[in-house]
Amino acid sequence: MYSQMVKSTGKAVPTLAELSPEDRAFQKRIDRGEKIEPKEYMPDAYRKNLIRQIGQHAHSEIVGQLPEGNWITRAPTLERKANLLAKVQDEAGHGLYLYCAAETLGVSRDELYQMLHDGQMKYSSIFNYPTLTWADMGAVGWLVDGAAIMNQVPLQRTSYGPYARAMVRICKEESFHQRQGFHIMIAMAKNGTPEQFRMAQDALNRFWYPSLMMFGPSDKDSVHSAQSMAWKIKMNTNDELRQKFVDETAPQAEFLGLTIPDEKLKWNEATGHYDFSEPDWNEFYDVLNGNGPCNTERLDTRKKAWADGAWVREGMMAHAEKKALKAAKAG
Amino acid sequence: MTESKEWPLWEIFIRGQHGMSHRHVGSLHAPDAERAIKNARDVYTRRNEGTSIWVVEASSITASSPSDKGPLYEPSRDKVYRHPSFYDIPDDAGNM
Repeated sequence: MYSQMVKSTGKAVPTLAELSPEDRAFQKRIDRGEKIEPKEYMPDAYRKNLIRQIGQHAHSEIVGQLPEGNWITRAPTLERKANLLAKVQDEAGHGLYLYCAAETLGVSRDELYQMLHDGQMKYSSIFNYPTLTWADMGAVGWLVDGAAIMNQVPLQRTSYGPYARAMVRICKEESFHQRQGFHIMIAMAKNGTPEQFRMAQDALNRFWYPSLMMFGPSDKDSVHSAQSMAWKIKMNTNDELRQKFVDETAPQAEFLGLTIPDEKLKWNEATGHYDFSEPDWNEFYDVLNGNGPCNTERLDTRKKAWADGAWVREGMMAHAEKKALKAAKAG
Repeated sequence: MTESKEWPLWEIFIRGQHGMSHRHVGSLHAPDAERAIKNARDVYTRRNEGTSIWVVEASSITASSPSDKGPLYEPSRDKVYRHPSFYDIPDDAGNM
């Protein structure tokens, strides 16, 4: 999802009997539904895994500002511009909540940025696709935020206290994101000109499969899920969430009069779910490995922002130190 | 690029609309207290959540240790008589 392909131990989940006494007590706390707090005992692998997952989630929020920031100056009305600005500002905030949660695990903010910039840590593959028209702002809000919400709602119950609390704040704020996207789609697909309808359909065509990829590889290929689920840092399997997303989104597309670009998409009376085609997983791995249409551009933009802001960070720190020194002398 | 020093971490406490106590909402980095308040406004009160902000540098907080859980909280566990439900008052005594 916002954190796809987070590597855990890669081994089968050990049974309680196989664990050390400390790790067994830890696992039992999780099984009882207790929250783990920063200073409490946790196995090293749990800590490392969480740093990777929360870090990747935070990076996704921050990099996720770029495809939308692209359209702020070109929004069609002042109201749409204000809406989009508020959404992008929220994403900055969500990134900050998550960085703080990661920092409680003993990694510093600068280390997290460093790992993003040198490619050791990833962000969601979805943000490596370009946003070509205004209709993409509709499709991103509707599909991308829709998919994100589907993953984030259950994470409010995750076992690590600071992460769960950050997710509660994020979920509370995020439902407006999806609604503003759908609102744009309604304006273009239902109430717009034929040309606007075509733009909306084109945006859906381009964002459908990348949105399905956000949930990560199929369960049968997801080697790290079982341990993460035992630790309750992942609450549902990738395929469960993907199915839920398709089930919710297909009727919404129908409402808009748009066609999901999948000939196999069909309601299945027997299963009570929609049948649908899997995305092209080769494309997914390719984008994740840096070869998507915008990987280089996104990362370069982040690195440039960090480097260009260095003098501001240093200047403000120097000013604060000078003021503190003056105050100490005066006192 | 020279390695610059990371801004210190501040813990943020906000009092909401309804006369409740300040409540811990999260943390952020800022060069000083004044800037921490301004950043807290942007990060934690984008939807009118607060009427007052406290900021405390994280390194100034002294916290109880998780291993003290037993000795700190155990003594109050067996004092059930500190709760009103311990005292059985007959119904005909009226509302109390």
